[in-house]
Amino acid sequence: MLDYITSYLKSDTTPGSAGNMFWAFVYIVLIFLGLSVAVIAMNWLERKILAHMQVRLGPMRVGPHGLLQPIADALKLLIKEDIMPSEADPFVFWVAPLIVVITAFTVFIVVPFGPAHAVTDMNIGVLFMLGVSSLSVLGVVMAGWASNSHYPLMGALRSSAQMVSYEIAMGLAVISAVLMTSLNAEGTGTLSMIGIVQAQQSQHVWFVFKFFPLGLIAFVIFAIAMVAETNRAPFDLPEAESELTAGFHTEYSGFRWSLFFLAEYSAMIAVSSIAVTLWLGGWMRPFPHALDGETWDLVFALVPGLTFLFLAAITFYSTARMPKHPFFKVQTIGLGGFGAVLALIGVVLFVPPVRDRVQDIFWFSAKVALSMYMYIWYRGTFPRYRFDQLMKVGWKVLLPLGIGVLVLTAVAGIVFA
Amino acid sequence: MTDRITVDRTSHLELEHHEKTFLDSNELIINMGPQHPATHGVLRVILKLDGEKVLGTECVIGYLHRGVEKIAEHRTYTMFNPYVDRMDYVAAVSNGLGYCEAVEKLLNIEAPRRAQYIRVILTELNRLASHMLWLGTHALDIGAITPLFYTFRDREEILKIFEKYCGARLTTHAFRIGGCSYETYEGFEREVEKFLKFVAPKIGEYEELLTTNRIWVERTKDVGKISAKECIALGVTGPVLRASGVKWDLRKAQPYAAYPDFDFEIPVGENGDTYDRYIVRMQEMRQSLRIIEQAVGKIPDGPIMAKVAKVMKPPVGEIYHSIEAPKGELGYFIVSDGSTQPYRVRVRPPSFVNLQALDMMVRGALVADVIAVIGTLDIVLGEVDR
Repeated sequence: MLDYITSYLKSDTTPGSAGNMFWAFVYIVLIFLGLSVAVIAMNWLERKILAHMQVRLGPMRVGPHGLLQPIADALKLLIKEDIMPSEADPFVFWVAPLIVVITAFTVFIVVPFGPAHAVTDMNIGVLFMLGVSSLSVLGVVMAGWASNSHYPLMGALRSSAQMVSYEIAMGLAVISAVLMTSLNAEGTGTLSMIGIVQAQQSQHVWFVFKFFPLGLIAFVIFAIAMVAETNRAPFDLPEAESELTAGFHTEYSGFRWSLFFLAEYSAMIAVSSIAVTLWLGGWMRPFPHALDGETWDLVFALVPGLTFLFLAAITFYSTARMPKHPFFKVQTIGLGGFGAVLALIGVVLFVPPVRDRVQDIFWFSAKVALSMYMYIWYRGTFPRYRFDQLMKVGWKVLLPLGIGVLVLTAVAGIVFA
Repeated sequence: MTDRITVDRTSHLELEHHEKTFLDSNELIINMGPQHPATHGVLRVILKLDGEKVLGTECVIGYLHRGVEKIAEHRTYTMFNPYVDRMDYVAAVSNGLGYCEAVEKLLNIEAPRRAQYIRVILTELNRLASHMLWLGTHALDIGAITPLFYTFRDREEILKIFEKYCGARLTTHAFRIGGCSYETYEGFEREVEKFLKFVAPKIGEYEELLTTNRIWVERTKDVGKISAKECIALGVTGPVLRASGVKWDLRKAQPYAAYPDFDFEIPVGENGDTYDRYIVRMQEMRQSLRIIEQAVGKIPDGPIMAKVAKVMKPPVGEIYHSIEAPKGELGYFIVSDGSTQPYRVRVRPPSFVNLQALDMMVRGALVADVIAVIGTLDIVLGEVDR
């Protein structure tokens, strides 16, 4: 038994590929926990960042700087009464959020946080991700239908039309990136998520800069389509608050609603990680070839620790600025403790064995975080598209552009390879 | 044109099949409001939809009816003054100005110059505040959440000036029949000038977020179009009328208060669509700044109240007086029977009249356009229902 567990540590592939069920299970648990924490953090960060963009403070009451707000919200949602409209179709109403949340979590099986940090490495990785994540539209339609109410139905119809339309442009962009993976000596491409990053590694370029500007255009198409795919601003028509109150989940409340919320954020993280894997070099650190050598390796290896120390420094600065009134004593101590935890993580990340292992995960997460920040930024800046305009952008702009990029990439591949 | 204006009010509520199309779908009747985030209060719009397409609308109003006009018949002229603030509560100063001027006309008195200047400054500040609130909520309806917070931040400064002047922020009751009840506070001019300097770049800031924003332009251009002729036929006034190309502003057309003293322009649009209305209102904000700038520099000295009897008994007769409120022509029709209380007060609210145009503007458009058009009409339900 112990041998079975330790045998994996010597291999340098994913637990799924090595066929080790124990470590695969550990990875699944880790990813599930990490994702839940990420969603909670995103909840707080989105509110804070959006608030600061809009000259207000955001949550400030629950915990220091509102740090405990997401936990309070989660608690509130859990103890809320579970309401099911009497006219609703009970079974479909019950199963819809489950479908959405299960598909949103399942895709993370193939997300490569590092060359060996994934649950498994499928040879159809990208297809798997796109296929499973597009299943969530089923849950959305079911939710809208089962609610037996006008607004949810319209929200669901909009949502399904939108997700299906943008998937095509998204797929075309993905194919042009997959085409680029075949530009090697053997001429064989790959759909495996890990294989795609390794292709970028061996070609010494992130695909976003490959065949400039073709890679960039494909990336932009994907970046737009992924916002539409996850129903976020400026494509948040299914949930257009000012038009359809809350779209397909109008009738949902409490824990069922929180499942939709969880699914939305994990879907955002999922599509962001596809974008990072396909175009932004996955787990690779910036400039792995231009800035090569021992010294640069060391410099970039220190970045994760320094980042956490920087966060800790900000936290300590905020702690020092807390009001001195005894009423805020607990909060001040709490914030200081939070800063201390961050600093501790930062220090631990400097330890050489840890440093080497978490590097990949750090760079991957940092790139995903950047993409998530863009999501928030869009939300703070753009008005919402109208439904026909949304379709126009999808079918008349992104689709022809995607086809063009695909053809040109193929031509460029023949000419330059 | 006429057949579009005579709207068959009875047919809306019934499901009936219009001409069959290739992909035939059932019609859907949706209640938008009275509790809906985008209907600005308690407006209820019954929408008849074919998919997302709007086949017809009907507004159901009256959820905020307080009988303001009836109340007037049981109050003296002075006692009714604070009630008018509660109609268009985001432009309470304009309401007060219209009422006070109407009664003054009935009494055949005139407010002193100083009072008139103060009135102009406060009314224009209120126009700015009203337009800021409109911009924030309109942008919010179209999905841009950030302008709301910017405009509310800047509107706050106006409300602070009001609060310092008369103690109230929203329902100000700033004017009295015959002038103003309060003298300007110490440093009023300085504070208003400081505000002008503060707010001028802010208007540019709002425009930066929206005016050339592709999505904003797409959402508002050619949406809710209404021609000048239709506007006039429906009695639509204010920025909505001006955006359709009619240069009609009561401040110029029938000057009142101290407006003839000031130099300002009337911004006019061309297409009468939502985008033009947005542009017209943005320019109006700048023109308001111009008026305030001129007025605050030369407030004349003198009394702030004309000689008015303690017990007002206007001669028997009737009067109609209208002013240019932020939302359009605000008129007061007052009938006096010679007693201390008006026999009848009829208010011509701009919001109520402009709301009529909703049906014409959204027919054949999409659901999202209904939201945009309700926003661009700039209605306040307190004024619609009274």
